[in-house]
Amino acid sequence: MAQLIGGLATSHIPAIGGAIHKGIQADPYWAPFFAGYPPVQKWLGEQKPDVVVMFYNDHGLNFFLDKMPTFAVGAAAQYNNADEGWGIPTLPPFKGEVDLSWQIINTLIGKDFDIVTCQDMLVDHACTLPLKLFWPEGEAPVTIVPININTVQFPLPSAKRVYALGKAVGEAIAAWDSSKKVVVCASGGLSHQLDGERAGFINKAFDLQFMDSLVSNPEWATQFSTLELVEKTGTQGVELLMWLAMRAALTTAGPRVKEVHRNYHIPISNTATGLMAFEVD
Amino acid sequence: MTSKPHPIEGTTPFDGDMARKGYALNKMCFSFNAAENRAAFKADEEGYMTQYGLSEAQKAAIRSRQVLELIAAGGNAYYLAKFAGIFGLDMQDIGAQQTGMSKEEFKAKLRAYA
Repeated sequence: MAQLIGGLATSHIPAIGGAIHKGIQADPYWAPFFAGYPPVQKWLGEQKPDVVVMFYNDHGLNFFLDKMPTFAVGAAAQYNNADEGWGIPTLPPFKGEVDLSWQIINTLIGKDFDIVTCQDMLVDHACTLPLKLFWPEGEAPVTIVPININTVQFPLPSAKRVYALGKAVGEAIAAWDSSKKVVVCASGGLSHQLDGERAGFINKAFDLQFMDSLVSNPEWATQFSTLELVEKTGTQGVELLMWLAMRAALTTAGPRVKEVHRNYHIPISNTATGLMAFEVD
Repeated sequence: MTSKPHPIEGTTPFDGDMARKGYALNKMCFSFNAAENRAAFKADEEGYMTQYGLSEAQKAAIRSRQVLELIAAGGNAYYLAKFAGIFGLDMQDIGAQQTGMSKEEFKAKLRAYA
């Protein structure tokens, strides 16, 4: 069976792509953010996963309001990045892990998750930037399965439902008939709000409590409705749903899940940035 | 209109009512993913807005370049970001505009959370 070896979570601000492109990672503004990544890069270099299952939210590149899925699972052999309209550099295509896509799709539908399947889907900065942050040199040496969770149009799926989805994805990975090593990854958050009179809202206390909860009590945030999460973390801070899905996927490993690294830095762009890495012992 | 939970200060969750109201505006903004559409808009803003069937209120909001007015007209943050991108505005420009601060004041507000 496949081995689920760990979980990662990182923020995904578009400006990160610009900073990498310009090579300004060591500038005083960026250094506290990029300094968080080398320990995770080292861990990945040792663990050598083959596949990344990426929980992320599309920002209006692949999905429009004409057809807006709550949960969408990629099942493509290749995922292309594309122009998102504001000039961040486009990355080369990523290879899909099609067998695992269908293993996840079949498992999820078997467990009553009515997902959308996508054999052709563009992936935006939310899917691509984490791979660039974790493998900064050249192309990431992994295949991917992108899983998109709607944060564009309310009602969003509840934290409780997202957690259940993540858990089912973890079970699908653990039951996959393959010798490959898999990591689950969350892209998004932490607290930030781009729109409205409350733009620029950040909630450090909540973010830190949330990160702590993922270590010892991962279901903690499922007590909140998505609108309560918006109130506590901002309209885009609700992307912490991705972190919940990632952590829930690791619950198949029970108490063998250990935190190996974290970083938290305010601000990059309008965002409180977070990074966490978990290892399955 | 559907019933709403208690409001969050300075925040408009993009729900079904907003999605219905803002469809044409958001569809136009979604088109700005493509460089040729951004160029077509810049070449003839009025014609481009008419082509996408924007309401008079939505057209006025686009002309105003004011994000709060665009949100009031049904705009969704994820699609509006592509409109802002046409003018080279970053998220601190947009944040400053919506909060009535200078960009430096807005950046200082963000740093103060650290």
